[in-house]
Amino acid sequence: MIKRLSGLVVVIFGVLLLTFLLIHVVPGDPVEVMLGDSATQADRSQLRIELGLERPLAQQFAIYLTKITHGDFGQSIHTKTPIANLIKTHYPATLKLATLALLIALTIGIPLGIYAALKADQWQDLVVTLVSVRLSAMPAFWLGPILMLVFAVYFGWFPVSGMESNTSIILPALTLGLGLSAILTRMTRTSLLEVLNDDYIRTARAKGLSESTVILRHALRAALLPIITIVGLQMGSLLAGTVITETIFSWDGIGRLLVESIEKRDYPVTQACVLVVAFSYVLVNQVTDLVYRLADPRVKG
Amino acid sequence: MHLNPDLIDLHAILSVPSEHYWLGADDLGRSLLARLLRGVEVSFLVAITVTTVTMCIGVLVGVIAGFYGGKVDWLLMQVTDIFLAFPGILLAIAFAAVLGPGIINLMIALCLTGWVSYARLTRGQTLSLRNRQHVQASESLGAKVPRLIAFHILPLLTSILVVEATYSIASVIIAEASLSFLGLGIQAPNASWGAMLRDGVRYMLVAPHYVLVVGFSLMSLILAINLGGDYLRAALNVQADA
Repeated sequence: MIKRLSGLVVVIFGVLLLTFLLIHVVPGDPVEVMLGDSATQADRSQLRIELGLERPLAQQFAIYLTKITHGDFGQSIHTKTPIANLIKTHYPATLKLATLALLIALTIGIPLGIYAALKADQWQDLVVTLVSVRLSAMPAFWLGPILMLVFAVYFGWFPVSGMESNTSIILPALTLGLGLSAILTRMTRTSLLEVLNDDYIRTARAKGLSESTVILRHALRAALLPIITIVGLQMGSLLAGTVITETIFSWDGIGRLLVESIEKRDYPVTQACVLVVAFSYVLVNQVTDLVYRLADPRVKG
Repeated sequence: MHLNPDLIDLHAILSVPSEHYWLGADDLGRSLLARLLRGVEVSFLVAITVTTVTMCIGVLVGVIAGFYGGKVDWLLMQVTDIFLAFPGILLAIAFAAVLGPGIINLMIALCLTGWVSYARLTRGQTLSLRNRQHVQASESLGAKVPRLIAFHILPLLTSILVVEATYSIASVIIAEASLSFLGLGIQAPNASWGAMLRDGVRYMLVAPHYVLVVGFSLMSLILAINLGGDYLRAALNVQADA
């Protein structure tokens, strides 16, 4: 446990170091790049002092760490808004989107995977596999536009973009969730089929339990274990996928904030967005690990 | 049929597929087919370069970590874990953003972040190969470390790396398209699938064929490469979760 915790500390420190270094990777003078040619000499030296760029690198990092631990992300170069406030307004939107996407993925993926496993090698299984293989090869910037064309433009059921209406969240959440559901379907199918040949399933059947009890109470419990890990790992691509999806659907979350900050060369905001998303992912991974430990009595330590 | 990807034809702006423009034309009246072909050239150039570089770095790191173990292993794996803490292509987006747009910077950003999966994979494999009898036998006969790695460990890693590289070409193509979609990759007027998708989305309401043609091509390409990977995995008898 202590070893794991120390590993976690190193990872968090490394993530902070890497995001801190981002601004120093900028070729040439970052202040010049951020402010552009039209800025006056006074503006430049003011920003340089604001960002502390004139200090030695190690000292800059120490100051960065102190600020972050106090929840101070600095301020946006262009709007001068504290970045912490920007994060506070944008993060919940991303969280909402990612959560709904995960729910969609779970409610579609797992039942469909069970269905495919029960109908293994029949035509229903084939159809499910064909669809899910294709769906998992669809990146967000291709699935998103299709959903938008079909459900927003052609049928007009949902708004094309924005987040004003209550149903605005549906299409971006589907864009994020469907790809994950395809992966979950395939995983559930494979791992359920593996389990169904085990001795204890035969025993359960021999005891005269109904087929649904055998599947739901005995087989699924063991089959879902690897799914937990997959969901945890896939949360990473889900979080990264929000960047593209939010841009397509004009969903005002962290991803869109990130893209906008890149376009405006507002690097402190870029830095903060990357940091927040990476921290969320680290947290998700820790929780996944914990859930896995609780769910599988064999894993200890 | 027009096959010049940079030829602008103002009469053909956003036109649907026709005799001269088999897949239609884009917002500047350029042939979509020609631009797709030019774009896929660039995609493969990026994908093959990035895959080669990341594989070399990753395998080197992984072999060293797995072979030496102990503190070296711990240190290298901590570094890998830090990179893995950034989800998906987020770190590549961040690097590409600060490095500035352009194909070279795009490749640098993808290389900086792509080696990690190879390092993990190679380390795990090396750890188990390290204790195989043929390695130990050679070691006891006095073989030096570079020889052990080059002749006794790397050859056994070939098939798993070939499979991994195939999937990685598909994922680099997606990553390149994502970055270009966000305006961070290949710049206009050069053709790239990601930038075409972005323009396609922009003109989606007036010319839906644009985004559909590009998106469908991308999906088919990814699917084809991944199925190729599945085939190779089966043919080379590589375990799915190895």
